[in-house]
Amino acid sequence: MIRSKSFGSRLSYIIIWLLLLAMTALCFVPMMNMVSISFSNSSAASANQVGLLPVHFNLNSYSLLLEDGQFWRSFLISIERVVIGTSLNLILSVLMAYPLSKTTKQFAARNIYMNILIFTMLFSGGMIPLFLVVKGLGLMNTIWALILPGAVPIFDVILLMNFFKSVPESLEEAAMMDGASKLTILFKIYLPISVPALATIGLFAIVGHWNDYFSGLLYMNNPANYPLQTYIQQLNVDMTKITDPSQLKALASVSDKTLNAAKIVVSILPVLAVYPFLQKYFTTGLIIGSVKG
Amino acid sequence: MHKNKGRTGQLAYHFMMAPGMIFLVIFSFVPMLGIVMAFENYVPAQGIFGSKWVGLANFQYMLQIPDSWNILRNTVIIALGKIIFGTIVPIIFALLLNEIRLKWAKKTMQTIVYLPNFLSWAVVAAIVINVFDYTGPINNFLTGLGMHPIMFLASNHWFRKIMIGTDVWKNFGYGAIVYLAALTGIDPGLYEASAMDGANRFKQLLHVTLPGILPTIMLISALNLGNILNAGFDQIYALYNPIVYETGDVIDTYVYRVGLLGQQYSFATAIGLLKSVVSFVLLISANKLSIKFANMRIF
Repeated sequence: MIRSKSFGSRLSYIIIWLLLLAMTALCFVPMMNMVSISFSNSSAASANQVGLLPVHFNLNSYSLLLEDGQFWRSFLISIERVVIGTSLNLILSVLMAYPLSKTTKQFAARNIYMNILIFTMLFSGGMIPLFLVVKGLGLMNTIWALILPGAVPIFDVILLMNFFKSVPESLEEAAMMDGASKLTILFKIYLPISVPALATIGLFAIVGHWNDYFSGLLYMNNPANYPLQTYIQQLNVDMTKITDPSQLKALASVSDKTLNAAKIVVSILPVLAVYPFLQKYFTTGLIIGSVKG
Repeated sequence: MHKNKGRTGQLAYHFMMAPGMIFLVIFSFVPMLGIVMAFENYVPAQGIFGSKWVGLANFQYMLQIPDSWNILRNTVIIALGKIIFGTIVPIIFALLLNEIRLKWAKKTMQTIVYLPNFLSWAVVAAIVINVFDYTGPINNFLTGLGMHPIMFLASNHWFRKIMIGTDVWKNFGYGAIVYLAALTGIDPGLYEASAMDGANRFKQLLHVTLPGILPTIMLISALNLGNILNAGFDQIYALYNPIVYETGDVIDTYVYRVGLLGQQYSFATAIGLLKSVVSFVLLISANKLSIKFANMRIF
């Protein structure tokens, strides 16, 4: 009886392990394959001979990539967007979250602002009116078209607001006694305690700005102004256009699969760089992430 | 004196709200005014105020053309598929991972499985195209079994399934975090008590674990309900092509392609408006539902 039970539980343990390893491999292999292609010999890659490991390991595609001016131009545009966009997101979130964390007794208009925020979160004019506004303001083909429409991240404001609410009132009162202004209180008292919340918001904003490809497509008429992920998406376009096997051969000779793979790998390096830090804040970020869906 | 101080405090708060509010007015409220385009025959040269008022003509046209029903059907099928499998798979993964005691192995698997969530759809699309390529690994496997290779991304039979599958692939690991958190919140005493009553692992799963994470499942499902008209623009736009418009064209891709690129501004704004209104109602209901059933509010 006891033996059969332990056998049964051992068997189920093995099955659990196998299933988990299968699911992990399912995620790992396609990503690893892309990395391996980037380090492989071109002909092996276009013949689809590359599996988990590179075939005829070499760095040719990476040395070719170094000379690709447009790739690096797009890379810099994305870096610029991440730096300005994330800073703006953080500044605006902090400034809005603090007054909203007050009660209506402390800040009479608090609920009015809150309702406005929630309304803009739930309802939008849609893609086309926003596009016409951005165009009308003369922001087309500028970095501001990628940054300003999403300048106020409402979920982040709410997350930060809830965090600020947990800051003890006594701290603020003590500072008020010393004659500190609201802004001083916000920056000297609230911000230092809110580092985890700010880090969460900041890291998710970095990834969000870096990964967005559609704004670039929508607001940039000139491919020279594409941010990096829009540039990457355009590489795919050539591939999705193939709807007939006979076109494949022509394409293989035109585009270099290993070079494209190298571009993709380099384009995810910044995400990988912040990934370890992101992992620390997954659970806090989840609140933002799950709502954003 | 005291009253005066209170007023300056209020003023300081308004000043802090101001920068953000300016952006919201320009990029949220002004576009909402643009909704009047849906009731006009908008011509860019004549502007919003100069264009001809047509009432509900754009909406009537929408009801007449077959495209509308097609994109609505595609949107709901793809979104529903993603919601269903995007809920089940993370739960399964979380339940399996919860059984593992080996910390480093757990951590390694989580690190790998969470990663795709943080890649852009442009990158994931490249991976998908590579995997489903005509001579790619999946077709190699099929031909190895003696079957014919398939143009997966140019097949109306496969396109929606691939959209659902790859979306689940990208997000299931990260989606499991919320269930893992819920699992750690279950009182271990409940397991001990049920073991004393002679419950086996499966019975424990059914009577302790699942009821324990049910509120979380309800909350996430309620949230997802609000997304039923969001089939995932970034993904579909990065992967579709004219051959699969029949099964893959969704509301957002249609609005972008026909409305924006095709410059049918008024018609596309009308579609967008209808979508916004329905989503708004769904989100409000979702919030009500989650307060009622899970005692949690979304906003």
